[in-house]
Amino acid sequence: MSFLSLTNIAKSFGPRSILHNINLSLAEGEFVSIVGASASGKTTLVKIASGLIQPDSGTVTVGGQSVAGFVAEAGMVFQNYSLLPWLSALENVRLAVEPAFPQWTKAQHTAQAIKYLEMVGLGKAVRKTPAQLSGGMRQRVAIARAFAAEPRILFLDEPFGALDALTRATLQQELATLCGAAGRPVTTLMITNSVEEAILLSDRIHALGRGPGATLSPGFTVELSRPRSAGLLMHDTEAVSLRHRLAEFLTSGAIAPALVKEVA
Amino acid sequence: MKKTLVSILLSLVGIVLVLGLWSAISAKIAPDLPSPSKTWEDSALYVTKPWEKRGEMDQGIGLMTAYSLLRVAKGFALALLIGTPLGFLLGSSPLFFRMFDPTIQILRPISPLAWLPLGLILFRQSEPAALFTIALCSMWPTVVNTMQGVRAIPQDYHNVAKVLRLSPWRKFTKIMLPATLPFMFSGYRLSLGIAWLVIVAAEMLTGTPGVGGFLWQEYNSLIYSHILLCILTIGIVGFFLDRLMGFAEARLRAV
Repeated sequence: MSFLSLTNIAKSFGPRSILHNINLSLAEGEFVSIVGASASGKTTLVKIASGLIQPDSGTVTVGGQSVAGFVAEAGMVFQNYSLLPWLSALENVRLAVEPAFPQWTKAQHTAQAIKYLEMVGLGKAVRKTPAQLSGGMRQRVAIARAFAAEPRILFLDEPFGALDALTRATLQQELATLCGAAGRPVTTLMITNSVEEAILLSDRIHALGRGPGATLSPGFTVELSRPRSAGLLMHDTEAVSLRHRLAEFLTSGAIAPALVKEVA
Repeated sequence: MKKTLVSILLSLVGIVLVLGLWSAISAKIAPDLPSPSKTWEDSALYVTKPWEKRGEMDQGIGLMTAYSLLRVAKGFALALLIGTPLGFLLGSSPLFFRMFDPTIQILRPISPLAWLPLGLILFRQSEPAALFTIALCSMWPTVVNTMQGVRAIPQDYHNVAKVLRLSPWRKFTKIMLPATLPFMFSGYRLSLGIAWLVIVAAEMLTGTPGVGGFLWQEYNSLIYSHILLCILTIGIVGFFLDRLMGFAEARLRAV
């Protein structure tokens, strides 16, 4: 049962074809990652999937409805945080809570924002502005902002791309916890350039070939039980083989058909 | 500390040199130009009793400056009230920009001396005509800077507004306005400078009491030292106005 689906998506910027013949569908509550090299059109793909930009051809539907403008009840985490520098962490998160729950009182909005900032470990920094926070803390605020609106769909555009490896690992675990703790199933589409990150978090992984005119590989199902740890992924045979197959696709641009587990 | 002391000393040296040049010119080249000491002699009454009103056009320099500042404040406020929204419209709507940008480019370089007679025809009184001229001449930097500020808002912030589903009003108050504020203030600073330039022309032509009006009257009464008094006053007040706006601007940029 497909909840979010992209059909025959193509997009060019001027004469440059970015994406070509992209088909993707996510079941409700599924976590799907798209792995690709830089400048392969990943960000364009997630912007099309979320309705931020229009494809040249093809359709995007959510729950059977075609999408016009940013998808309803969806959240997004950007690579560069995109926090508003003149607002405190609390105000940044509350800005997302207010339109999501218009029937609530001001106190409820604040309580919800603080609750999610505490969940990402920023309970003591709610009054700080983005300039006073480190890169990792800023991305935590951005994640809290996305989750605090309690979205049905989450779009993550290289959410940890700007962070150092250690911070990145911590935040990946926190994101996995947040996804597991959400009250209702959150359908998530994540864009990343890290195969490990994709394996750690996803139910299914697609690789995006090199542009121009990039196409999507068939899905690689991740059959690993949760919770997953980065250490386990280093040694688990299933994880290691998956990493090899993905790396092979990404570097060669072609997939050895025998190694691919097709997803219907 | 030492550095500021040196720069204060240097600026004093500069002032002394200019005063010397002024004395030399009045002594050797232009006998009609009052020397610095003569200027001070004739102006002392106006400077030492700045708030004394002896007649409609014979008042202390403080009162004269206050009249001019009040007039500038009104005209400047009018310029901001019109210029800021206009800048927002031009910056956010490409259609509006294409429609009005050529007109604005034509109106921008028009001198206050050209607008004032039109103001007098329209309002038949000198005071509103002066305000009209100040507003029309000084609003353009506000319009242009606000417009550029709105255009400089990163696409990311527009995306945030879409993702968070902000209402147009929330987007304006939480994103557009704070993002544009530093640009707006650069515009305000330039606008205030122009408003102060225009005031002299406006008062000269309308003969209203104020620094400019006084200057023109004393020219007609052949009291040339008072012209220099007015010129110095205009310069000093303009300097402090600019410093004041610069200070406000720096505070905003620090946020």
